[in-house]
Amino acid sequence: MKYVDEFRDGDIAGGLAAAIAREASPARRYQFMEFCGGHTHAISRHGITDLLPPNVRMIHGPGCPVCVLPIGRVDLAINLALERGVILCSYGDTLRVPASNGRSLLKAKAEGADVRMVYSAADALKIARATPEREVVFFAIGFETTTPPTALVLREARSLEVANFSVLCNHVLTPAAIVNILESPEVRTLGTVPLDGFVGPAHVSTVIGTEPYEFFAEEYRKPVVITGFEPLDVLQAILMLVRQVNEGRTEVENQFSRVVSREGNLKAQALVAEVFELRRAFEWRGLGTVPYSALAIRAEFAEFDAERRFGLEYQAVPDNKACECGAILRGVKRPTECKIFGTACTPETPMGSCMVSSEGACAAHYSYGRFRDRAPAAAPAAVNA
Amino acid sequence: MCLAVPARIVRLEAGDMALVDVGGVRKQVSVALVDGLAPDEYVIVHVGYALARIDPAAAAATLAAMAAAGINAGALA
Amino acid sequence: MSAALRRDYHRPLDLKRGRVDLAHGAGGRATAQLVEDLFLKAFDNEWLRPLNDAASLPIPPGRLVMATDSHVVSPIFFPGGDIGSLAVHGTINDVAMAGAMPLYLAAGFVLEEGYPLSDLQRVVASMAAAAKSAGVPVVTGDTKVVERGKGDGVYITTTGVGVVAAGIELGGANARVGDAVFVSGTIGDHGVAIMSKRENLEFETEILSDSAPLHRLVAALLAACPRIRVLRDPTRGGLATTLNEIARQSGVGMLLQERAIPVAPGVAAACELLGLDPLYVANEGKLIAIVPAPDEEAVLAAFRAHPLGRQAALIGRVTHDPDQFVQMMTALGGRRVVDWLTGDQLPRIC
Repeated sequence: MKYVDEFRDGDIAGGLAAAIAREASPARRYQFMEFCGGHTHAISRHGITDLLPPNVRMIHGPGCPVCVLPIGRVDLAINLALERGVILCSYGDTLRVPASNGRSLLKAKAEGADVRMVYSAADALKIARATPEREVVFFAIGFETTTPPTALVLREARSLEVANFSVLCNHVLTPAAIVNILESPEVRTLGTVPLDGFVGPAHVSTVIGTEPYEFFAEEYRKPVVITGFEPLDVLQAILMLVRQVNEGRTEVENQFSRVVSREGNLKAQALVAEVFELRRAFEWRGLGTVPYSALAIRAEFAEFDAERRFGLEYQAVPDNKACECGAILRGVKRPTECKIFGTACTPETPMGSCMVSSEGACAAHYSYGRFRDRAPAAAPAAVNA
Repeated sequence: MCLAVPARIVRLEAGDMALVDVGGVRKQVSVALVDGLAPDEYVIVHVGYALARIDPAAAAATLAAMAAAGINAGALA
Repeated sequence: MSAALRRDYHRPLDLKRGRVDLAHGAGGRATAQLVEDLFLKAFDNEWLRPLNDAASLPIPPGRLVMATDSHVVSPIFFPGGDIGSLAVHGTINDVAMAGAMPLYLAAGFVLEEGYPLSDLQRVVASMAAAAKSAGVPVVTGDTKVVERGKGDGVYITTTGVGVVAAGIELGGANARVGDAVFVSGTIGDHGVAIMSKRENLEFETEILSDSAPLHRLVAALLAACPRIRVLRDPTRGGLATTLNEIARQSGVGMLLQERAIPVAPGVAAACELLGLDPLYVANEGKLIAIVPAPDEEAVLAAFRAHPLGRQAALIGRVTHDPDQFVQMMTALGGRRVVDWLTGDQLPRIC
């Protein structure tokens, strides 16, 4: 696969790893946060941690829209399906998120709710047009990458005058979340790990460009490297961050230049602005309420807004008291420092946002990294096959 | 977040759609968000939509820089 | 003087336009006609022909091995096969994984009222062809019909019996530290072929299901290496799940080499597109073999000599591990755990 395989080359990876080891000063630690769940997943899946020197540590941020989706929002979707009899269309990622009363969308399906997995927002509209006698609701989640498709579908629904389609909108914004990690009331109680820089989201940035990050690179004096998703991209970005730290720079650099520009996809941005507006505040699971961090559907599209159409009222639902996601998302604690990690909370029975999707810090660690929790003596001898 | 895959445009189709190819697997996706695409260009695709084109020159430059980093690291004595 | 009784007019089954209806499952004439004109005609063999409720079968000496599977695959027809051939191959393989030579199959059908007879004939013909090619006849069966809406077209349950020679005791608990782990070919083909036809996920690919009977490959492997420890076919949950099962049963760990695991380019691409990991995608014509290290070369040669094993590869080794982790050295040179599958692998967006 072009533009994939070349960026997974093991030899080049070794070279980049050697460069990082050489340039990371042994006199200090480097702690970088990868904001984006896709990067968390890439790091875990390819075992990138093993290629980094011990004084370079990656902290897994909140950047998974499934992880940060509050239980209360999933409840809204479940209720629509179970009690209002709508056809509830959802991306696969969201189907297993556990919500209140031991339910998830998948479990609601088993109870008789008409829940359908879709790969694309357009599929949901297709279903609506094919079943005009039923109400169809699309459960929209995602960061800025996933928002333009939803905007397109809303525009199309309006121009085609589809009378039975609406969207339950949970689109959230990346820069707001990054700021929240760096500075929020919780920081006072939880403390925060000194972060030396950010591995910035790849595909979000294709839409919003690199410009929005310049603000906090300046304000908070942290380097940001916008990074592609392949393992070589991540390694190169870490090298670039190490260099910025060593040279005392706090710039926004674009490692993913083959796709990302400073201005981003203007057409997509205009489309989103036409259909959505900022919510004053929105709850992020694990982060609490974050101001100006999410989108709502504009009044011009009110009839396609499931919240207005069905008169939905949001009820916040707190996480399990033992859940340490708030601290883990900020890098203050590691998954293994959470009392319920691996016991009550596992990928099969997730209790909090970090375990809910395979990109959450806890899920990634549980699925890919638990061997690191053992004392070295217990590790199996590496044998060449 | 944002699983997106590099895909080659096979042909453009009506209604802002295109047939794309990822390693031999073909799918119809929307190109409504990217203007002026031509067959054999590459785009990244997310949830059935092309989001941006891939710049081959930038990709080559990135790869070259990655390979060079390794060589330079070895050369630093 | 009595006139000869007029013979009943035997109206043939309308295989072109006819549909399954409740009479076909009632046990009366309609059932008999369905069985004779469709099933017996396709499967025809000396043990089925008497059409008794049970088949009376000779078996060679050895221990009896029995396996059963229910098949509910959707879509019913997919690239590279259908529910019928899948059912035959699947049960043959289960029996073969015990090191046994499969001898006979039984097939139970639950048909949904309204299912087109033409499709049913296609499924049955496919089963018959698979059974014939494998040399394992369907000797007895059953048919029931459920009301429209209460079935998914066709469900098939197949049971297979075979015999295993004395001295062969394959089992998931047999793996030992140092053993070699083989896979017989590329992984993920079947799951991708199925997904390519699922609603809402449609993509064009030339990937075919790898559904195939593995009993002759097994016989060749056992001939080359009677000391094989474990044979298992990685169906639902894929290679990763099957290896985790074996690790747990045997109380060992494993270390795999990602670069050694064969994945067809089209499968890799489809998985990339959908956000799936080929390690967890179903296979229906592949097997895992765990063998003592000294027998590695002989086993690899036996694999490669067989049409179903040409792309066989040594993918890892059994290790000592009290946590029973299946680990993998990634193509990048890092390390990760290859965990059990969590829930159903659903295509990801993020």
